[in-house]
Amino acid sequence: MINNMNLFIELNVQEWTYLIVGFTFSIYIGIAIWSRVKTTKEFYVAGAGVSPLANGMATAADWMSAASFISMAGIIAFAGYDGAVYLMGWTGGYVLLALLLAPYLRKFGKFTVPDFIGDRYYSNTARIVAVICALLVSFTYVAGQMRGVGIVFSRFLEVEINTGVVIGMIIVLFYAVLGGMKGITYTQVAQYCVLIFAFMVPAIFISIQMTGNPIPQLGFGSEALDGGGYLLDKLDGLNKELGFNEYTDNTKPLIDVFAITFALMVGTAGLPHVIIRFFTVKKVSDARKSAGIALLLIAILYTTAPAVAVFARTNMIETLSNVEYSKVPSWFKNWENTGLISFNDKNADGKIQYLADPSSNELVVDRDIMVLANPEIAKLPNWVIALVAAGGLAAALSTAAGLLLVISSSISHDLLKRVIMPSISEKQELLAARFSAFIAVCIAGYFGINPPGFVAAVVALAFGLAAASFFPAIIMGIFYKKMNKEGAVSGMIVGTILMLYYMIKYKLGWFDDELPGSNQWWFNISPEGFGTVAMCVNFIVSIIVMKFTSEPPEEIKRIVEDIRIPSE
Amino acid sequence: MSNKEKQIKYWKENIRYVLILLFFWFIVSFGAGIIFKDFLNSFKIGGFKLGFWFAQQGSIFLFVAIIFIYVYLMNKLDKKYGYDK
Repeated sequence: MINNMNLFIELNVQEWTYLIVGFTFSIYIGIAIWSRVKTTKEFYVAGAGVSPLANGMATAADWMSAASFISMAGIIAFAGYDGAVYLMGWTGGYVLLALLLAPYLRKFGKFTVPDFIGDRYYSNTARIVAVICALLVSFTYVAGQMRGVGIVFSRFLEVEINTGVVIGMIIVLFYAVLGGMKGITYTQVAQYCVLIFAFMVPAIFISIQMTGNPIPQLGFGSEALDGGGYLLDKLDGLNKELGFNEYTDNTKPLIDVFAITFALMVGTAGLPHVIIRFFTVKKVSDARKSAGIALLLIAILYTTAPAVAVFARTNMIETLSNVEYSKVPSWFKNWENTGLISFNDKNADGKIQYLADPSSNELVVDRDIMVLANPEIAKLPNWVIALVAAGGLAAALSTAAGLLLVISSSISHDLLKRVIMPSISEKQELLAARFSAFIAVCIAGYFGINPPGFVAAVVALAFGLAAASFFPAIIMGIFYKKMNKEGAVSGMIVGTILMLYYMIKYKLGWFDDELPGSNQWWFNISPEGFGTVAMCVNFIVSIIVMKFTSEPPEEIKRIVEDIRIPSE
Repeated sequence: MSNKEKQIKYWKENIRYVLILLFFWFIVSFGAGIIFKDFLNSFKIGGFKLGFWFAQQGSIFLFVAIIFIYVYLMNKLDKKYGYDK
């Protein structure tokens, strides 16, 4: 017995990772087998019988992607105050969802976002425009998730990135094809537990180490244990010393901070894979309540991430700045091998100079390290490091599965059943849904193995597009009874094209010989924040076109009146 | 009160709640976290400059509170109009 215990404690990081990842994966597969479905209603919306708590947990896991788990704290560590655009942008959208969208869409009671747009605007053109937007948004997003799965596998389990992507594909395929939304929902509940535990454990350990306070949200506003006063004042000082902006001050112009935050909020509220989660609960009041629970569960991670950012950055500067390269801790060498951290001794003094000025800076750090290597930097036990790997995988897989469902239902339900072959039977539609989920996983896997070079650049586009296309059409569909099909369709088309144009011109630079600089942006607004402008244009175009075209039929006005009332 | 009148009154009260709550949504994030950030940074709670705290912590807590207040108000409103069945 004692021998067994010792064996357990002496496991190395890789053995621990196999153990924990293997354990979580077998839970996911067990859930998949338990939750097989027989009807399209179960496949698309889990039979509309999910409890508000389960839906809140599933929404939180659906929403928090590989980027939230692995990259966000690192992005904030390097951006300081500016990181607030992601913190506020990716949480504030839930207020809009809860107050303006979720209850009404639940009352409407269909399966997809194009369902609503197509029925409310009595037009298959509107439906098809919505399908195209949903596919654009979801494919952009899913490629990044599969890549995230591959990266976690390769770093922690030392398999090829591509093998990692294939393993991830098989797992998702299993529960998405067998169980549809029902399988996805209950695996997401399990994945939320794994990812939040994996994120919080190292954060709490490090908060205690650095400040003595076990609550990270309070810890980063406390005094540092090793002296030097408040942690944030100390970090402001360190940043200044090395030539960076003060940590708590903005670098971007405030108008851009405003525009990006707004675009991310509205984009969040318009993302189809988030919206459809609210079709799965029993009644309207459950939709409101589960939006609150979802945001509460998301807020746990989102308020911890800025604390992790401060701990990690302070730790990194104190451990590495002006330290002799021969004396760096062993984790530095480990991560140097992966290429995520690199040192170039420009002035040949044998010491690491980390500076804001690129010509004399000698240290390049990938932002993902801040979460992935944090447990090693803080000398935490091996099982904590393995837990982070399982958490990263849970975050990536849960988001990928939610997106795949949007893609498959767009094809089997919105295109096939509602437009091309309305006469197909329930059984045939279910088969088509399973088949399109299978194809979607394969395409996502292909993008994961051969990522298009512009993936990172276009993730912001997904939010901009959702803001510029869906959000105004849905809002006016509920709150503006007179909005007609001509108005909504022209708004969506103009908003989407304007957003694509701005992104391609100022983010990808395909229209010019070189990428136009930030001094040429319209109103000082970056491509990430432009969704705000495109959204306003959508609203204006819709209303003007509506004024010159005929009112919607009486029957549609009755539908709108009906969705405004919560009871049947 | 006819069904139609009831629906219109319910909808008006709902809109009023939504507008008031969205006002607070705007104030705690875009107001305190962005527009008035520099001014609020001259105050401190613990080690946090106040504007920075709103931008990276406070706004998020208050978003959660706003949704739960909305849930509470709407459940009450549904009951008042008999729409809770």
